[in-house]
Formats: sequence, C-alpha cells, structure tokens
Amino acid sequence: MNGIPFAREHKVTLCHVCSYVCAEDDEACPRCESAVHPRKPDSLRRTWAFLLAGLIFYIPANTLPVMFTTLLGSSSENTIMSGVIEFAEGGSWDIAILIFIASVLVPCIKFLVLGMLLVTCQRRSQWAMRERSRLYRFIELIGYWSMLDVLVVALVAALVQFRGLSTIEPRLGILFFGLVVVMTMFAAMSFDPRLIWDAEVEDVR
Amino acid sequence: MTESPPPHADSAQHWIICEHCDSLYESQALNKGETAYCLRCAAVLDRGHRMSIEQLLALSVAAGILFIFANVFPVISISMQGLHNAVTLWGSVHALAQGQITLIALVAGLAIIFAPALQIALLFWVLAHAHRGEIAPGFRTCMRTLEHLRPWSMLEVCLLGILVAIIKLAGMLDVHPGVGLWAMAMLMVLIVLIAGKDIRRLWDELGVEPE
Repeated sequence: MNGIPFAREHKVTLCHVCSYVCAEDDEACPRCESAVHPRKPDSLRRTWAFLLAGLIFYIPANTLPVMFTTLLGSSSENTIMSGVIEFAEGGSWDIAILIFIASVLVPCIKFLVLGMLLVTCQRRSQWAMRERSRLYRFIELIGYWSMLDVLVVALVAALVQFRGLSTIEPRLGILFFGLVVVMTMFAAMSFDPRLIWDAEVEDVR
Repeated sequence: MTESPPPHADSAQHWIICEHCDSLYESQALNKGETAYCLRCAAVLDRGHRMSIEQLLALSVAAGILFIFANVFPVISISMQGLHNAVTLWGSVHALAQGQITLIALVAGLAIIFAPALQIALLFWVLAHAHRGEIAPGFRTCMRTLEHLRPWSMLEVCLLGILVAIIKLAGMLDVHPGVGLWAMAMLMVLIVLIAGKDIRRLWDELGVEPE
C-alpha cells in the first residue's frame, strides 16, 4: 500500500519504551534495556482474556450497590444506574449525562470496539484499517475516564461522616467497577495495533 | 519523510517507526509546534518540542510544590447543622480502604497520589541532571518507570471527580471548595505539560548510547 516500507521488511523493531530502532532479533532494547518484541507477545489471546474478565466483572459492578447512604435515620443503597437516575430526576441533567457517559457508555464502547478489533484481526480483515487504527487510539484515550465514579464515591464517602445524622459508605459494587476499568485498560494495553496492518502481509511472530 | 536505504540497527537513529502500524520513516527535525503524522495510519509520529529542558525543570519544581498543596489542604469541606468536615486526597483513598474493597483503594491511591508523586520526583531527578548536561544516575530505570506510570496517573479524572462530588453534595448540605482543589487544578495542567511522551527526547538529547 502506497509504498511506505514496514519496519519488519527492514528487519528492525520499535522499542515501546524509548522509541529506539532495534534489530529484529534483539530481545532487549540496547538503549533502555526493556524487553522488545516484533509484536506484543500473545497479543490477541491476552486481550481476549482481559476483555472477558472485564465483561464478567461488569455484571456485579452494575447489579451490586456502590454506595450506602444514611440520611436522618432513613437509609438507601445506590447502584451506578440508580445514581444516574437520581441525578436526572433531581434536575441535574448535565451531571447525569456526564456520569452516564463515564460509567456506562465508555466501558460499553471499550468492550464493543476491542471485541470488534480482535475479531477483525483474527479474520485478517482488510476492512477500514485506517479507521480501525483510529478507533484503537480513541479507546486508549477515553479508557481511564471510567475511574470517575470510583473517585466520586471515595470523596463523598470520606466527606459525609456525621455519626447519627448522615453517613455514606462505599459498597462492594465499586470494587468490581474499579476492576472493570483496570481490566479494560490492561486489555487495551495488551492489544497490538500493528496486527491490524499485518493482514496485508505474512504472519509476524 | 522519504524512502531510503534500509537502516541498520547499529547506525545512528535517523529513523522513526510508527508504533501503531510499524511503518518506517526517515526522521526529520521538527520546529516548535509542528507535528509529524503517519501517512499509513494517521497516528502522531513525532512533535516539535515546545519547551526547553530548563522550562520543563522549572515546571516540575512548580508541580512538586502544587502536589504538596493539593495533598496537605482539603479539596472539599462541608457543613451540616453546625457540623463540619473536610476531605483531603489521602482521606478519600482511605475511605475506600474498608473491609472487602481495600483492593480498589490501592488502585485509587496509585491513580491520584502515588503515580503523580513518583512522576514528579523522577522528572525532577532526570531533568535536574539533564539541565547540567549530565545523565542522571539510574537514568534508564527512571525513564522506564516514567513510561509505565503514565497510563495510571489520573489527575484529570480526579479533578472531574471532585467537581462532580461537589455538585452531588450541594443538594443536601453546604459545600465549599478547598485550597487543595485549586492546587489540584493547576497541578493537572502542569502534569499534562511535563509528563507526556515528549520526555523521550532526553534519550537523544543526552546521547544515551547502547551499552
């Protein structure tokens, strides 16, 4: 495709830590001593594993309560969605949308996009390579914003500690939600975007 | 960017490989504000440096001071029927460290306290030496650690979290933003400026040679 040489055709490989151009058979970067691989090792299998782990954790993250609130004797438990609905009903549409995007939309987009990238790479599809590259960079960029809800719960729980009047405590759901974020971050990191372009040529180790 | 004879791994580093699609280019010097994009996959290949080493060093010192402010002073304080309470960053991480969910306190602590602190300290260390034209002791380890920390440093998310928490609580009680919040906001900007991939330039500028 349009004549730009691939690094592997010239028997060189990029060091992901310091951008050094290493020889193809180097096992460690001669400059920064990090491990180098022509392709991230076992990229597709590792990404599948992290992605599935994230999907499994996503179920308790949404069904278990993330927060336990006591206010003047009455107590209630909130899941992520019920928190969003509470904001919306209270009239704060902007915050409801913000939390909905960070906690629901972003993880779902990550699951869908990574799943799509994995399937298309396994089929060695040549469809929309440039756009798929862009999508990968996009989910790398947005991935960690899902930590928003974890931090909000932490702040609110630390603040509202008036014994007898009102208290807020974190609940198990937030652990699973945090793990979803961590798992999807690991999944995005272990996916090698160069595999998208390998469809054009022979297999690279 | 032009095609040219194949590079040798041991030759001087006049090559750029796109990390997203493995395309190989001959590198060219960029001016301030210029950006080179990969023709194949449209990823950013390289950026012209906006700041000198001196400026980066100054900003890392400023970031260190702001980090202390952001952690010592409360980020939010509230009052309800004559009772007051305030929370620092550490306090909010501590609130997660209860019972079964302690694990998530570690992740939150890494994201908003530990990773940024280590980033600032390591940047100061390598930049202070680079400023005098020296390669800092432990340079390789410092630079590798900086690369691995970058995705886990989440000050931007934390800042948005603080703002959401303020609005969330404003409905039921009196909420006041604290000094820590303002320090946090400025710190976030500085971290974005100094802790990016741009720091990789030190490898070339200091002429760190393969062993």
